[in-house]
Amino acid sequence: MNIEIITSDVLNVVTLLFMAVTGIAIARIRNLFAVVMLSGIYSLMGATLYVILDAVDVAFTEAAVGAGASTVLMIGTLALTSARENATGSSQAIKAAIVCTFVGIALVYASLDMPYFGDPSAPIHHHVAPRYLNDSMAEIGLPNVVTSVLASYRGYDTMGEAFVIFTAAAGVITLIGRGRREKSPSERKTDSQNIMKRKIVLRVVSKLLIPFILLFGLYVQWHGDFGPGGGFQAGVIFGAAFILYGLIYGLGTLRAALPSWVTRVILALGVLLYAGTGVVSMIKDARFLDYNVLASTPTGGQHVGILLVEFGVGMTVFAAIVTIFCAFAGRAAADVNTVSDQGGAGND
Amino acid sequence: MEMILDIVSWVLITGGVIFCLIGGYGLISLKDFYARLHAASLIDTFGVGLIFIGLMFQAGFTLVTAKLILILAFIFFTSPTATHALARAAINHDVLPEVDTEEERELVRKTKTTTQGTP
Repeated sequence: MNIEIITSDVLNVVTLLFMAVTGIAIARIRNLFAVVMLSGIYSLMGATLYVILDAVDVAFTEAAVGAGASTVLMIGTLALTSARENATGSSQAIKAAIVCTFVGIALVYASLDMPYFGDPSAPIHHHVAPRYLNDSMAEIGLPNVVTSVLASYRGYDTMGEAFVIFTAAAGVITLIGRGRREKSPSERKTDSQNIMKRKIVLRVVSKLLIPFILLFGLYVQWHGDFGPGGGFQAGVIFGAAFILYGLIYGLGTLRAALPSWVTRVILALGVLLYAGTGVVSMIKDARFLDYNVLASTPTGGQHVGILLVEFGVGMTVFAAIVTIFCAFAGRAAADVNTVSDQGGAGND
Repeated sequence: MEMILDIVSWVLITGGVIFCLIGGYGLISLKDFYARLHAASLIDTFGVGLIFIGLMFQAGFTLVTAKLILILAFIFFTSPTATHALARAAINHDVLPEVDTEEERELVRKTKTTTQGTP
């Protein structure tokens, strides 16, 4: 056994131990704000684990979505609810412990049937993986095989994922995105004047960082064919820049820069671009999402198709993240307004 | 030459690790919120900074060093800002530092009134 394998094994075990400790802490702590922070740490640990396993693309997504975006969204949710978990009775705790024990035993029993970690004869290494690894350079021509698999070989699955995100954001809009009082321009002006006086450090640093975050998002979007990255990660990074802007300058300022109809249009345009790419290949006498016919050479067509669908995914993910954040934050702000309007007596 | 570079880089990395350990110890053992914040900021600045400079010596004049410099610049701006925002948020939510003398207590009250309403 060489030193690199031992090091990566040690790192694996330590990271998994940290994840287990974090999981136990999440189950035991009643302060939900701390739980949200811990779940962010848990995701970051997961991302580290994926890096050790050489799955950089997955790690990237986990760090961006799990540790970044979902933490912000969960804090937004905490603004709507209480930040403390109510204590449950001990009889329920015993029942829960019994259920957890049985499920745990069942899972461990099921894992006995699984191939060993890193086993070369495991089914996953024999079905389609050899073709992806050996022929993708000739068939697709992209250095990053993950992007080839994600956007071309498994284009249907990725389209489904994009539609899941689209549906999630559409659901949030229909459930809680409506009924928010839009601020008048004069109110918005006083808001921004108040902000000008406050949070000087945060304003300066965020103004310094946001252009670079946007630039990095674009890099991740268009460089996904050659290195780790792609539409999902880029969309989240791009959305994070706008969420940062909204957190510091207020929701009204964010919505002035990026009105809600714009995010709604981008949200729909993304999935339209993805599915439309498939339709164009159908018009050109090929199957749905068969990119070979999109340009004069098959690999050239694959390049065009992958760039287009990745851009579609990026647009949808970006718009979905911003929409969900704005819906939650707008709801919280609306609640605060009604409470202060009615002297703290009422709540809608 | 390579030997010297190695020694310098490992001294720097070890120094960074020691700072991280001190910061982690302080984070657990200190009682006051602001003192803990101070210990945590030690990790962001000295710990990460020294480790990164050590790694730059390992990488030499390559693209990796350029990336490390960019990450370091990013951390240089973000972590003090995060610490600042945390301290502000704590003061606004009536978490006051533990102090010994009446003079210091007066100072804390003054700081609180000037930062009130600036989350």
